[in-house]
Amino acid sequence: MNNIKVNFPRWASYNVAVEHLIRDGLDCEYVYGPPITKRTLELGSKYAPDYVCTPFKYNLGSYIEAIENGANTLIQIGGACRLNYYGEVHEQILKDLGYNVKFVNMANAKLAKPLTFYDEFKKINPNLNLAKITQATLVAVKMVDYLDKIEDYIRENVGFEVVEGSFDNLHKEFLEDLRHVKDKKELNVIYKLYLRKFKNLEINKPKNPLKVGIIGEYYTIMDDYSNHFIEKELAKKGIIVKRWMNLSNSIFHNEKEEEVKKKIRKYAKFNMGATAMFTIQKAIEYAKDGCDGLIHLKSFGCTPEIDTMPVLQRISEDYKIPIIYFSFDTQTSDVGINTRIEAFYDMMMMRKEKVK
Amino acid sequence: MTIGIPRAFLYYKYHILWETFFDELGINYVVSPETNKDIIERGLRHSIDESCLSSKIFMGHVDYLIDKCDYIFVPRMQYLGNDKETVCTKFQAIYDVINNIYREQNLNILYYSIDIHNKDTELKAFLKMGKFLGKNKAQVLRAYYIAKQAEKTDKMLAINNQKLLLERNDKLKILLMAHPYNIYDEFIGKPIVNYLEELDCIPIYGCVVDEKKALDKAKEFTKTMPWTFNKELVGALNLYHNDVDGIILISSFPCGPDSLVNDMIIRKYQGKPIINLTLDAEEGTAGLETRIESFVDIIKLRKKNHVHE
Repeated sequence: MNNIKVNFPRWASYNVAVEHLIRDGLDCEYVYGPPITKRTLELGSKYAPDYVCTPFKYNLGSYIEAIENGANTLIQIGGACRLNYYGEVHEQILKDLGYNVKFVNMANAKLAKPLTFYDEFKKINPNLNLAKITQATLVAVKMVDYLDKIEDYIRENVGFEVVEGSFDNLHKEFLEDLRHVKDKKELNVIYKLYLRKFKNLEINKPKNPLKVGIIGEYYTIMDDYSNHFIEKELAKKGIIVKRWMNLSNSIFHNEKEEEVKKKIRKYAKFNMGATAMFTIQKAIEYAKDGCDGLIHLKSFGCTPEIDTMPVLQRISEDYKIPIIYFSFDTQTSDVGINTRIEAFYDMMMMRKEKVK
Repeated sequence: MTIGIPRAFLYYKYHILWETFFDELGINYVVSPETNKDIIERGLRHSIDESCLSSKIFMGHVDYLIDKCDYIFVPRMQYLGNDKETVCTKFQAIYDVINNIYREQNLNILYYSIDIHNKDTELKAFLKMGKFLGKNKAQVLRAYYIAKQAEKTDKMLAINNQKLLLERNDKLKILLMAHPYNIYDEFIGKPIVNYLEELDCIPIYGCVVDEKKALDKAKEFTKTMPWTFNKELVGALNLYHNDVDGIILISSFPCGPDSLVNDMIIRKYQGKPIINLTLDAEEGTAGLETRIESFVDIIKLRKKNHVHE
């Protein structure tokens, strides 16, 4: 066994898929950073530029904690906003802090030339086997897809669980079992098994519960620690949560840009950057779909999502659907969030009563 | 028909191109005045709180122009080259942001859109805009090429003038690393420039540079930075730093690209003294004077010691 110990920052539930890719595709050990805590963010904030967006700080803190756990090779990805420059700056900061690690930055690869990703993987383990990495990529992608499907089901139903914590516990078991999957066949078996298990969990859903659509910035919307477990707070109030934005939808199941543009034409003529188009598209969809409210999540200073806000305001007016905006930074407190959710809940209830 | 041109954002980089183009086509336009208190207040009133100061200023200029023209000029851009040669998403979204904020007023917006990934080059974008303005293709082409020539000449003159300044040795030369819309703005950059002059320093502008050369130089600094405007500045740092005595990085709070790029420059750049200034609407330049003064003092002291050695 080589001594390559790889880490990718903690992000939502997706690290199990990265683990599979690293372990089965690259023959390296995958090292988890500990689950994100206050310390992760404190570490990240201490060494990150002051007013960079919060995901950068979470990632940085997560890298440091993974190094403490023994990681010696770190991965970062590229994107359509500041994310594309994250890796270079993360690498420099860690170097300045004196950490002796290898940094592999997928932002160097070009989507138009898939082989450039192979070149980056080669930097992780020079002895990699193309067939193996291809196989593992396919399994990892499918795993992300299944994870997202299961979590969609959770969002629709966890608010009505009869046994408190039953969904959460089963989700943990699911993640643990995914870690030991070897191939696509096993993955399919696990998925079907857990889908059935989830559907068998007892729920008590009223006839017409409140339903909210969540939209917003890529990292914060998917990572529950970053958004202060807002979906859990909503579930506690017996609310169905709709959230299209996840890894598999945004990469594999999205519509073509031209199609999205047609659907949002009334509000936006151009691609407004990063995933802003999807934010707008889904806000319209949720409003039309009878959601009782919209919740917009982002980290402080996220430019593309700030720029969707005037658009969302119009959608909220046109469809007469209430909207609430959350902007998370390192100072955000749970108390403030809960008070605002409380008020938003009351507003949605009153509106629902009126409509009746 | 009168076009209203906001004196903010892309204006500072492209105004020769725009103004010559409109002049050649015989189109009337009015440019909003230098940023003033009224414009800042208008901008704050109409912006999402978290937006960067520069975009709030842009909003203020748009607001000022609304009842003074028939069309407000809001160009947008996305990809300026192949692969990830792009601009801050603010410039991608700006047209739609203005349209939504002023929906009730039913604003008429004149725009062009550059996106090389969609093969919308600057030429094509100007041809479309010219057509919208009711001009024929020959007229538009002629106006565009004259405007490009004027732009080129203006840039060359500015670069040559700066070259002369860079050769001077009688005063301290300070390189200002800032986007044109910040450094030339009456509220953000001008007070800093004026103050440096008061301190008997020569301001050198990072944004006055041969862009092609600068972009090429930037490759030595970064492989993955996606923003063309920031890369031009980073390249300028590389081209000019030997000829200046100190470097000031200036950004407007909370600029997305600058938040990372300026931190990276501070980390990687070794050589001349360097400081990083961030401006926001509440504080303006107050408090910065002390920092600039002590920065200049340190440089002077070092220089003196160096001479004595």
